[in-house]
Amino acid sequence: MKERILGLVPDAEYQENKQFLTFVIPPAKMHDLSLRLKSEPDMAFDYLFCLSGVDMVKFLEVVYHLESTTHKHQLVLKVRTDDRINGAVDTVCDIWRTAELHEREVYDLMGIRFNNHPDLRRFFLEEGWIGHPLRKDYVDEVNIVEL
Amino acid sequence: MKEVINLPVKNVEEEEYHINMGPQHPSTHGVLRLVVSLQGEIVKSLKPHCGYIHRGIEKMCEKDTYPQIIHLTDRMDYLSAHINNHAVCLLVEKALEVEVPERVKYIRTIIDELNRIASHQLWWCSFGMDMGGLTCYFYGLRDREKILDIFEESFGSRLLHSYYTPGGLMMDIHPDFQKNVKAFIKYFRKKIRDYDDLLTGNMIMQMRTKGVGLLSKEDAISYGVTGPSGRASGFSCDVRKHHPYGVYDKVDFREILGTKGDTFERYMMRMNEMHESMRIIEQLIDNIPAGDYSAKMKAVLKLPAGEYYQRVEASRGELGVYCISDGNKTPYRMKFRSPNFSNLSALDHISRGVKIADLVAIGGSLDYVIPDIDR
Amino acid sequence: MGIKNMKDADFRDNETLDLFKQSGGNILMTTLDAVMDWGRSNSLWPLTFATSCCGIEMMATGASRHDFSRFGIEVYRASPRQADVIVVAGTIVNKMAPVLKRLYDQMSDPKYVIAMGACAVSGGPFFYNSYHVVRGVDHVIPVDVYIPGCPPRPESLLYGVMQLQRKIKLETMAHPKKTVELK
Repeated sequence: MKERILGLVPDAEYQENKQFLTFVIPPAKMHDLSLRLKSEPDMAFDYLFCLSGVDMVKFLEVVYHLESTTHKHQLVLKVRTDDRINGAVDTVCDIWRTAELHEREVYDLMGIRFNNHPDLRRFFLEEGWIGHPLRKDYVDEVNIVEL
Repeated sequence: MKEVINLPVKNVEEEEYHINMGPQHPSTHGVLRLVVSLQGEIVKSLKPHCGYIHRGIEKMCEKDTYPQIIHLTDRMDYLSAHINNHAVCLLVEKALEVEVPERVKYIRTIIDELNRIASHQLWWCSFGMDMGGLTCYFYGLRDREKILDIFEESFGSRLLHSYYTPGGLMMDIHPDFQKNVKAFIKYFRKKIRDYDDLLTGNMIMQMRTKGVGLLSKEDAISYGVTGPSGRASGFSCDVRKHHPYGVYDKVDFREILGTKGDTFERYMMRMNEMHESMRIIEQLIDNIPAGDYSAKMKAVLKLPAGEYYQRVEASRGELGVYCISDGNKTPYRMKFRSPNFSNLSALDHISRGVKIADLVAIGGSLDYVIPDIDR
Repeated sequence: MGIKNMKDADFRDNETLDLFKQSGGNILMTTLDAVMDWGRSNSLWPLTFATSCCGIEMMATGASRHDFSRFGIEVYRASPRQADVIVVAGTIVNKMAPVLKRLYDQMSDPKYVIAMGACAVSGGPFFYNSYHVVRGVDHVIPVDVYIPGCPPRPESLLYGVMQLQRKIKLETMAHPKKTVELK
């Protein structure tokens, strides 16, 4: 499996992880790779079970946890963007429909935009909320009471 | 004598209009706002607006130590509170490579299954109430009180317990626990036949739910609908079978799959799950090994740096906990993959073309708990 | 000795209620007052409003074991115009606060508020480090009775309702309850 992915996307970077096979993919190649991963019969990753946004201080990251219901193997893909103000990643909600609401949540809390998303707006917070709370540099004097 | 006036009959064009099933409405599923776009009585599309109970739990987890996070996970999907706790405990124990005693695994599995039965009892009572049968409310809650009595005897509180800690349990179970659980199972096996008499065989309920709200298997996988709702569409997703934890690999239970994926099948899935849970408890209750109720853990827990993912089967689907740790006593990022979030994303797709009265039945059969969506 | 047989001395909030007692008017007014207050306190109909976990305990209080219909809370009204009391059960967040205020404004006088659970009283377990929780529902609407607990037992909710009934019995027509306008 590792060789398959590296064959498809030569500049994917492999990360050590005890639990799942993990790769870091350049943002431009993500959409095509996802399409191949879902449609090829020997990989058949049709179940996206977790989509999360992470704020590593130097860059912002989107983590995709994928599983195949037929072959029962799992895979983790990560996509990074350096731009903290207008970082954008391609959407995968035309491949896995569950991503629609998950990507809205990541946009709301982290501030990562998704290109070609049908309806990208804030999901949990009000429309006029300023800032993205889950970032590490989010400061809110009024609302947060620090312990 | 009045003349009969022939009024010209206008052809009233049906336009689309939007109604708001606002955050406060009587079907007690929580605070969800649905903006439903209707044409006549048929639903054309709907948009959920969430966030009315968004408490920022994921941000709070970044400042709390791991035993403190257990208390927050209780309040996410409060009807399967133990199972949420179980997920975080398993994650911490696996990361620290701690082996919990067998006694702990047995007790945790039994309590998880009791919690699943209690959650489905509450689902049944609100499902019947939403469709108009108020008797179900009283029957379901009367039987749920018996389970809450068992919990109260052993752990001290009825709803949110925080009984599991990383390493084991907070204290040992009450000596009467096994006797009370066996008595409850005997009592409930008789009562569940009443449930079938009341609602399953009811003509009105069958007409309202058969063939309504279809979800195909490919759509269930694509939308990530797990739990009884996903299994009704034929998606085999039971985490207890595929990635077993606790002592689920030692017990014999069936994973029942449906075929059509309509509302009635989702209903039958949950009724069957109650039976299966009772079977699991019966196999385990007499065989609890003696031993410690907790492994020796340090006072301050620091997970080694890295990423961890743990999956468990909550009452409504697959709950996932994704934790990134950088070696401190608080996690760097904690993300909860909540089952109700994915189930809700399929609501728009399922309810195209149904009447608005069926929307309540579909929502009841998907059984969402809103604080789990909003975290 | 059940919960309905509690005597006045068993309650623990007697000083506050003594302060509320107004010095009385003539015999006619006090008898009329007594009848009206008896009627109001024994038929409080609440609004269906439950945001999170405390809502389940409120449902359990209405079920057959701890039945609050024997205290006069016969039915839940779905519309705020027909409700007397709003039992705020659950956390109130910034997005929900305007909705709650609108519901309270739509209720007709005389109206009462019970804050049930630690989250409604003061923010509860979400007091520290949360960016979206209102720390206590009394920032939004004026509260009559506070019930602590996370979640409070059904007996606590019944005790809170009985306290509210005692508070209502002390109202007189000479000094009607003024609804405080909060901004």
